[in-house]
Amino acid sequence: MINGIWLSMIVIGFLFAAVNGRMDEFTAAVFDGAKSGVTVSFGLISVLVFWLGIMRIAEDAGLLKKIAKVLGPVVSFLFPDVPKGHPAIGYILSNMSANLLGLGNAATPMGIKAMQELQTLNPDKETATPAMCTLLALNTASITLIPATLIAIRLNYGSADPAGIVGTTLAATAVATLAAIAADRLFRRLSLLRKPPKPPAASRTVEASRGGKPLNSSSLKG
Amino acid sequence: MYQLISLISAWAIPVMITFIPLYAFTRKVPVYESFVEGAKDGFGTAIAIIPHLVGMLVAISVFRASGALDYLMGFIAPALQGLGVPAEVLPLGLLRPLTGTGSLAYTTDLIRVHGPDSLIGMIASTIQGSTDTTLYVLTVYFGAVGIRNGRYALKVGLFSDVVGFVAAIAVCLLVFG
Repeated sequence: MINGIWLSMIVIGFLFAAVNGRMDEFTAAVFDGAKSGVTVSFGLISVLVFWLGIMRIAEDAGLLKKIAKVLGPVVSFLFPDVPKGHPAIGYILSNMSANLLGLGNAATPMGIKAMQELQTLNPDKETATPAMCTLLALNTASITLIPATLIAIRLNYGSADPAGIVGTTLAATAVATLAAIAADRLFRRLSLLRKPPKPPAASRTVEASRGGKPLNSSSLKG
Repeated sequence: MYQLISLISAWAIPVMITFIPLYAFTRKVPVYESFVEGAKDGFGTAIAIIPHLVGMLVAISVFRASGALDYLMGFIAPALQGLGVPAEVLPLGLLRPLTGTGSLAYTTDLIRVHGPDSLIGMIASTIQGSTDTTLYVLTVYFGAVGIRNGRYALKVGLFSDVVGFVAAIAVCLLVFG
């Protein structure tokens, strides 16, 4: 699907540029886009380096495992294939709380770290696991308590009640998140029906040093 | 309530950055060395994202610059306008999942032109605040670990964008309309 979307954006863009006589703009847009891709990635370096450092301290101190143990049950129904107490759960929880508080620059590094932890449980390193899809669904819907950027912009343009959108945003984001979770569940079921899980080759990929319990085939059930 | 939440939001990062190393120190973790060890991975991760992000942003940028996005937006707007939704906010439904900066710029412009407390301003703010840029999140998260086959993740993300968009409009019409 991603291949199709990517290709069609370029091809449709080319056709429209041809009809509208915008070939120069097309070319400029290519290099603008490439440049902002690099700029955004470089912008991520500082937050990634910093937060991964802090989170490593938390991991070494056993804090993430503790969080995973205490709050794990809250999210474990969303991530049935992740072993209980696995550090991935700690990162997923950090990512979700950073999203909730609107701390975008902390949420991304924690989400990426959570992905990397989920990748250690992944038997096929190029194909997303159901748990990865769930984490992504939660992040694209990104449930937020405070839309800080929007409040700042509204204040800037002289709003009488800049925080007036907090309630409506919370309602909309909650609905979007529920829809994401429901759709994720549905697709997870469908994909299991279509392609029965491969038996236990997966169990060897769990890092013993992390103390994760080995995956057995039953844990692949949605 | 809002005051409380924004207070927590302001305190969260300073508290975490102080508390985590302090707690680790009491558990005899060599905090500084541990920090440096973990931080090392940050650079490589950011670099690994570059090809994914460049590829995706080029396609989106081309799609916008060619006029294709404008055409599509002009096509969808009248179709939904009959439902009492201000036409101005409809392009956001397309823009929001594709580009975070693009939709933020569009929202800011709507707020500037129509005023932050107008119905249009409220709806646009709510749409912008209630979901994240699906293509960006997908590209960055999967790019960072080298996932090529995202399976159904994109469909789920786009579906929740549509639901969030409709919910944002419906809630705003109900509350402010």
